[in-house]
Amino acid sequence: METLTDEKIELLTETANNIRQSIIGSLLEARSGHTAGPLGMSDIFTALYFHILRHDPARPDWPDRDRLVLSNGHICPVYYATLAHAGYFPVAELKTLRRFGSRLQGHPHREFLPYLETSSGPLGSGLSQACGMALADRMDHGLTSDRYIYALLSDGELEEGNTWEAVMLAGKYGLSNLITIIDRNGIQIDGFTKDIMPLEPLAEKFDSFNWHVVEIDGHNFEEIVAAVGEAQAVFGRPTVIIAHTIPGRGVKAFERQYEWHGKPPSEEEGKKALAELRTLNGKIKSEND
Amino acid sequence: MINKTQKLNPKLFDLQIEQEAIRDGFGRGLVTAGETNEQVVALCADLTESTRIEAFAKKFPDRFIQVGVAEQNLVTVASGLATMGKIPFAASYAMFSPGRNWEQIRTTICYNNVPVKIVGAHAGVSVGPDGGTHQAIEDMALMRVLPRMTVVVPADSLEAEKATLALADSGGPAYIRLARNKSAVITTEASPFELGRAEVLFDSDEPAALIIACGQMVYFSLLAAKKLEAEGVAVSVINLHTIKPLDKATVIKYARQAGAVVTVEEHQVAGGMGGAVAEMLAAEAPVPVEFLGIQDQFGQSGEPGELLEHYSLGVKDIIMAVKKVIERKNV
Ligand SMILES: Cc1ncc(C[n+]2csc(CCOP(=O)(O)OP(=O)(O)O)c2C)c(N)n1
Ligand SMILES: [Mg+2]
Repeated sequence: METLTDEKIELLTETANNIRQSIIGSLLEARSGHTAGPLGMSDIFTALYFHILRHDPARPDWPDRDRLVLSNGHICPVYYATLAHAGYFPVAELKTLRRFGSRLQGHPHREFLPYLETSSGPLGSGLSQACGMALADRMDHGLTSDRYIYALLSDGELEEGNTWEAVMLAGKYGLSNLITIIDRNGIQIDGFTKDIMPLEPLAEKFDSFNWHVVEIDGHNFEEIVAAVGEAQAVFGRPTVIIAHTIPGRGVKAFERQYEWHGKPPSEEEGKKALAELRTLNGKIKSEND
Repeated sequence: MINKTQKLNPKLFDLQIEQEAIRDGFGRGLVTAGETNEQVVALCADLTESTRIEAFAKKFPDRFIQVGVAEQNLVTVASGLATMGKIPFAASYAMFSPGRNWEQIRTTICYNNVPVKIVGAHAGVSVGPDGGTHQAIEDMALMRVLPRMTVVVPADSLEAEKATLALADSGGPAYIRLARNKSAVITTEASPFELGRAEVLFDSDEPAALIIACGQMVYFSLLAAKKLEAEGVAVSVINLHTIKPLDKATVIKYARQAGAVVTVEEHQVAGGMGGAVAEMLAAEAPVPVEFLGIQDQFGQSGEPGELLEHYSLGVKDIIMAVKKVIERKNV
């Protein structure tokens, strides 16, 4: 990984803001879909695709690329927006989200969009697939492989038994080429995670399954990049990065409310959200530019 | 013509017919079941509002268990509750329950023979924009192969309400399939409903074909029957709300009378309602059958109407299938 300079942080900040605007734009067109998770994960997706991952939009099938498994498929608006901004497909295509015939299915479908490593939507099965990839990579390239498998999970799907079956397996095989990032935003559909199914102490749970654990602020690029760097340096254990995020991050009206898990903004709310995001960019450009 | 004894909605063929989601009827029925029988309890896996189990959960908080996103736990905890005399209704999306937890349902509910009611919401391609991962079109097959399992697919919200009440009293394992979108309310409070009894909704003295449908396809089948009648093609229509146990006597009687059958369902043709009908008819009263349903494909994003049309589940597809099966009869 390159070092993270101040200029790069500024660039990432601006990119994440543009991605957030694209998310709002696509949800406004689709009139259904998820708002909170995608906005909350925009900084992490930006850091991954614009700084961390070994990938090449011109060669999406490059065999040596890193692999990214999005387990919580419902946050795909941020995945699609990031891929578009990274150059995989035109940003204009984001407007087709969830429409009949669109490559941007309501939940990621690899058959429609081949740049995805897996299809997802049903929760709790991403980590197992990432374990399988990590095991295959080790079979093919041994312990010295410099390719990484990234698994992105939500906190809600930590309630699935399937997730913990994978946590045990990764611990057993010491999959240090597996880097898991959890969107610890504290919400799910029916309420706050602490009320629906308490997960704490979460770090201790992973630790007791023989994982290396890092906790970060999921909106701080320095912390995101440092945590991944640390994970890459760990030997003999898988790493989980528990990323504390604010669901709906970037639009005050949507922040920290589970009600925004699975609905799109109305026209009015969307307009305000876009204006708010553009003025945040105002540090760089004024709104009237 | 419409079977008067069914007391169907007088606005049946009116564009202004009332629309309500089938899941809404389930939600109402469960509250009533809870009021009549305090052994009725409910469980949900982080989908309380959209499965419509919310009203019960609010009214009887002490009889509601939130298991979180954990469908295997959902049905196995329900099994334990049932072993102690409770009548649990366990709700999620059909894709995840029974989609994810089939073996747990088989062993801990059917093998154990305890009265757990699996509530599968958001079934069918009519789920719409969420796409193929969320459109359960295999659930009837999964449930109807299980010994002791009753399988119910209500045709509208009022029927879902009645079915929920009946299932609370049925004494055994059951699966009820619900749809997300608003659909026509074709029955009335006064329409008859009995678990395991096929309802003949549209009748004729000399039908050239019999249409058998379940879920919201019953409405489309009635619209097709009306159009066919206007064209001089007489058909009968059965609402097969209970796929299992199958009302053999009624199906055989009407299949023999018509001599040809069209089955219509929002489900894979393989293993679905049409399959259940054909397995039985092949043994007892063989007649040509045309199957309308999903043809070994997955669903995808789109609006419900758009998708039903794409997968050949529209009124015109039913009319075409009827004409085709009549031709086959005459060869
Ligand atoms: C196996 C499975 N069960 C249920 C669902 C329905 N579902 C979709 S998102 C979700 C909430 C999960 O919480 P989280 O992923 O933390 O949501 P977010 O933070 O993005 O709001 C549920 C229950 C699903 N997609 N898959
Ligand atoms: Mg969450």
